[in-house]
Amino acid sequence: MMQSVVKYGRPWLITLLLLLVWELAVRAFHIPEFVLPTPTRIAETTWQFRQHLMLHAWQTLMTTLVGFFFAIVVGILLGVAIGSSSAVYDSLYPLLIGFNSIPKVAVVPLIVMWCGIGTVPAIITAFIISFFPIVVNVATGLASVEPEMKDVLRVLGASRYEVLTKVGIPRSLPYLFASLKVAITLAFIGSVVSETIASNDGIGFLMLSASSRFQVALIFAGVIIIAIMSILMFLVCVYAERKLVGWAFRGQPT
Amino acid sequence: MLETLALVKDAGPGIGSPIGSPVDPPRDIAPADNVKPMVMLQDVTLKYGEMLALDRTTMSINPSEFIAVVGPSGCGKSTLMKLVTGLLPPTSGHIIFDGFHVDGPVKGAGMAFQNATLLPWRTTLANVMLPLEIVQPYKGKIRSHRAEMEAKAKTLLDVVGLGEFGDRQPWQLSGGMQQRANLCRALVHEPKLMMLDEPFAALDAFTKEDLWEVLQALWMRQRFTAILVTHDLREAVYLADTVYVMSNRPGHIVRRCTVPFPRPRTPAMTFDPAFTELVNELRALIAAVRSSK
Repeated sequence: MMQSVVKYGRPWLITLLLLLVWELAVRAFHIPEFVLPTPTRIAETTWQFRQHLMLHAWQTLMTTLVGFFFAIVVGILLGVAIGSSSAVYDSLYPLLIGFNSIPKVAVVPLIVMWCGIGTVPAIITAFIISFFPIVVNVATGLASVEPEMKDVLRVLGASRYEVLTKVGIPRSLPYLFASLKVAITLAFIGSVVSETIASNDGIGFLMLSASSRFQVALIFAGVIIIAIMSILMFLVCVYAERKLVGWAFRGQPT
Repeated sequence: MLETLALVKDAGPGIGSPIGSPVDPPRDIAPADNVKPMVMLQDVTLKYGEMLALDRTTMSINPSEFIAVVGPSGCGKSTLMKLVTGLLPPTSGHIIFDGFHVDGPVKGAGMAFQNATLLPWRTTLANVMLPLEIVQPYKGKIRSHRAEMEAKAKTLLDVVGLGEFGDRQPWQLSGGMQQRANLCRALVHEPKLMMLDEPFAALDAFTKEDLWEVLQALWMRQRFTAILVTHDLREAVYLADTVYVMSNRPGHIVRRCTVPFPRPRTPAMTFDPAFTELVNELRALIAAVRSSK
């Protein structure tokens, strides 16, 4: 009991210490607020603009989750196709790598040209930035099926579909969940970047307009809210992982 | 029981003596007239690109016969397994299984490898039941007759001494127990043919001998046709009715030996002089094949 309090309390303690050092340093060195506001000032601003922040945070959360949802669907479908057919692998994989090497921020103006500003480009950006790790991991998971296991199934008379559903997909689930933890944070990056460039809603927009009015504390409030949402979604992924592929963490309590 | 020498002579003249090259083909390859063989290979050759892996191999395995294939490493024993099960097409020659020409993966054979390959997300019992979800007629009945199928798998787990471990996850079992479960999985659908590719190679000596007994018990219960590929000559003689010796690459069969010992065989029998003698003869034969490179 005591041990677990110490274990889980430690990160909070460190965070508190960090905030304390920050607060004291800003006060001691008389750093002006438009450079670096104190944590207490940020908290105050957050409370003051809470309705605004909630509204924009909700917008960002929704666009991110919709983009993330599409990334999961497309990522799994592409990953299964690439992982189970070497012809698809050979023809699509180089293309995907090329696509992934493009900085997604550079694509946002194009998306805006095609779809206008607002929610749609944010969803698309969240999607294109986060689907790639899912594709790669699902494909890798399928490739990790032991050849002996495939032989056992083929000699039993299993179809390709049966090999995929009985072994391939369960085997790649831990890989899928590992990629979701990366993808959800990427999706937040995508939607916020797009909101910063072309939107009248969302935390990204809020931060941009705050910066044009030198409301530095509000920018920080936005940053912190994004971080909190991102961490919460990450934890949701971890929870789902533990529930659905607990077997991959053998011996550890779930 | 101790007439090994006579039976070894039956397997062909000059066993254990230096052999000429090319090695004389096995003599009594044809099955008895009244039995239709379960597996037949006729002049089967396999090339990987330019490399000749298996050269004009002819074998005939009767229903319920337990054969073992031994030979130096890299002689194409595993290739032979893949050919018989249709996982690899031969470059030339014919393979017949249960009266049909093999031209694709056979349906419903059991297979066990050195690596137990149990699925970690299934319990041991669910692992054993996997073939019942794939092979007909079980596949069609698994939903409606679930309890019956489970009982079938449980009975088999009982036979191999894993009766109480059905609801454990595979990684909670020891290597030997995993391999027992693997044997159950390979046999739960009562296949006509069981392929064993060095299934006990990674186990310690004691566990290995336990599993010989387990496998023999399963065979005596279900009387499947078995093809065992192994490096272990004692294992081959303990388990098989007939031992085939393969040559160095390109692999082909240089000798066919009938094992005379009655069943059930016991670990104590492996210390019988006749048993040791047969093992030593096989060992000498393989040594001769290896040096004849």
